Amino acid sequence: MADFETPELQEYTVVPKLEEGTMAHVKSFTAKPKFQEPLGFPGELVDNWEEAVLTKMDDLRTRYRGFQVFLDSCVKCGACTDKCHYYLGTKDPKNMPVARQDLLRKVYRRYRTFAGKFFGALGIPGFVGAADLDKEVLDDWYSYFHQCSQCRRCSVFCPYGIDTAEISMAAREIMDSVGVGQKYCNEIIGKAQTIGNNLGLPQPALVDTLEGLEEEVEEDTGVAVKFPIDQKGADILLVTPSADFFAEPHVDGLIGYAKVFHEAGASWTMSSHASEAANFGMFIGSYDNMRKLSLRIRKAALDLGVKRIVFGECGHAWRVAYSFLNTLAGPFDFLDQNYPIPQHICEYTHDLIEKDVLKFDKSENDHMTLTFHDSCNVARASNMGDKPGGQIDIPRAVIKAACNNYVDMPVDTIGESTFCCGGGGGLLTDDLMEIRVKGAQPRMEAYKSVVDNHGVTNLAAICAICKAQFTKVLPYYNFGMTDIVSVHQLVGDALILTGSEDDVEAANSDDNNENESE
Amino acid sequence: MSASVVYALAFYAATAILVIGVVRKIVQYAKTPAPLKIPTMPAPVTQGGVVVRMASEVVLFNSLFKSNKWIWIFGWMFHLSLLLAFIRHLRYVISPDSFLMPIVGFEMVQAFGKYAGFAMLIGLAGLLARRIVVDRVRYISSPSDYLMLILILGIAATGMMMSFVNHVDIVMLKEFMLGLLVFNIQPLPSDIVLLVHLTLVIVLMVIFPVSKLLHAPGVFFSPTRNQVDNSRTKRHLAPWAAELEADRKPGE
Repeated sequence: MADFETPELQEYTVVPKLEEGTMAHVKSFTAKPKFQEPLGFPGELVDNWEEAVLTKMDDLRTRYRGFQVFLDSCVKCGACTDKCHYYLGTKDPKNMPVARQDLLRKVYRRYRTFAGKFFGALGIPGFVGAADLDKEVLDDWYSYFHQCSQCRRCSVFCPYGIDTAEISMAAREIMDSVGVGQKYCNEIIGKAQTIGNNLGLPQPALVDTLEGLEEEVEEDTGVAVKFPIDQKGADILLVTPSADFFAEPHVDGLIGYAKVFHEAGASWTMSSHASEAANFGMFIGSYDNMRKLSLRIRKAALDLGVKRIVFGECGHAWRVAYSFLNTLAGPFDFLDQNYPIPQHICEYTHDLIEKDVLKFDKSENDHMTLTFHDSCNVARASNMGDKPGGQIDIPRAVIKAACNNYVDMPVDTIGESTFCCGGGGGLLTDDLMEIRVKGAQPRMEAYKSVVDNHGVTNLAAICAICKAQFTKVLPYYNFGMTDIVSVHQLVGDALILTGSEDDVEAANSDDNNENESE
Repeated sequence: MSASVVYALAFYAATAILVIGVVRKIVQYAKTPAPLKIPTMPAPVTQGGVVVRMASEVVLFNSLFKSNKWIWIFGWMFHLSLLLAFIRHLRYVISPDSFLMPIVGFEMVQAFGKYAGFAMLIGLAGLLARRIVVDRVRYISSPSDYLMLILILGIAATGMMMSFVNHVDIVMLKEFMLGLLVFNIQPLPSDIVLLVHLTLVIVLMVIFPVSKLLHAPGVFFSPTRNQVDNSRTKRHLAPWAAELEADRKPGE
């Protein structure tokens, strides 16, 4: 199946001894000029690239405080060295967060600090952790900054909050600016900016898919649940990752959202102009591209005249939505201020559960014992509800409302300490399969522990990338590819639709119960 | 030129480098915008909460505690004893009739500062041992990382020698220090241990603004730790990002 060995799962994650260079060969495909140029990047490596790298680095240092502070503040204490799933899975020391940052920091130190210039002039820049910028360094950047899923686990444990995601975003932006972009991300951003979604699905294809889903659900439940698109005057605009339109188990999540909207009697629509929640502009650290994609959502909301925006299950999309959307595309003064702007589908469903609007037959999910995989961008980069930690509690509350059997994975692998699925941050591409499989090892070990000890059968998630990644990597670790489920798939399966056969049965049995009690 | 004059001039130069260097960095950090909300979540939803979070980081090293108990205990011991030793040293630079003198001169303060030296040595030795022994930390260490620990170890060791073994004329030292404050150079005790101690302190002051010691001001400006989680209710816009909005037509 592959030219690398799948790591053997341990009972719990062991910090390995380092082995230099194990992942130096991993290189994601670079973007051709036709994918670079539409995003405003040079098509290929520019002539004076060394100078251009430093110029761009300086530009970012003056625009992003975090970048500057993080470059200066690391004391090399080692707290982060055993926190990255890619280090744990590959043993390559350059996958330790601090070492990954140092690939860039050493260049900053060499050319932009007194210590680096002084010892550099003496010919010993390494004395103060500085190094000359050459092609080898650039190659290392390309390799290792595409082995970071920007999951921020390191930043939780850093005494100064240094976030490697910020460094790797900056590094990717610098590389893009000198003509070295990644094919996967940049091709996708181009599609989303021209067609409206990452998969390049045009409006007729979306309409067709959604009609198919309507038929499927009606056949299944006897209830005409609608999947509206481009419907002007609807109250709610749902923006969801395009994988939800057809990929498994994503589409089951989409069916779940539709059932919830139906049951709530909500007027809602999707948009073909903004048919993508994911925002790959973030992965490449490009404010401009991230903003362009966000403005599509604003435009869709204005054109359709909606009052609310709800986001479907997608991790980094929710980060951009929750943390950045107001900045990038706000102010949203034209929307109904009584609801969070934007709102997560889990918040929406949770609200209805709290208000007792939704009725569940939890036994529908009794064939499963579930655990929840906290997606990194949800757990560590966003929130839900109005209290800290809502992003961790609310999805669990939603699952528990729809399922009887639920067990959490070990505490140091969930919540703010959650392990990335291994495929986030622009790594969900076949040319990075090796790092994806190896990076999934800590999560797979945590999953195995609840499978072995608590009979867990399935893993639920609220992120399109996590779902796609797990579908691919679970089999490498001898789990079933269908172990991964959408949270709203669980909701949709257990939800009793008014007027459905289940509903009628439930009503009848209520009558019977009343009769018996008489 | 006498040793007193050399040391006096070196102190002035080091102080200037330290103050100007650190102030320049602080100004740089303060002036650079943080264009996006990036607090590491779960994060406080109020400014008061941020103060609590920052205090727990600066005082208790909360994140480091979550991360690694060994680094935490050694690092925290070192920094706390550094603070205690620093407070103890204030008696050399504040005049006998200062309102601070009764506090600094208080026996507990002096004793804590004195014995903190042992904790400092243990903390530093622990950090140095980890740097040498743990393969991951060794990999990320440059010569300067070891030397910085050794430098501070040297400062602590020479300081303790003067406290416990080889007392120096601290009355004379105090007159030298108080003289420095009013640009009146007084004779410095010519004790070799004291001179080494002071030399190392001067080196530390000079390297501070050009090294990783910038973590001290840096932590306060770290957006992952000092931002409020309120992005949905309050629009956060950097000046350079606001300029981009010129391309948005009214109603768009």
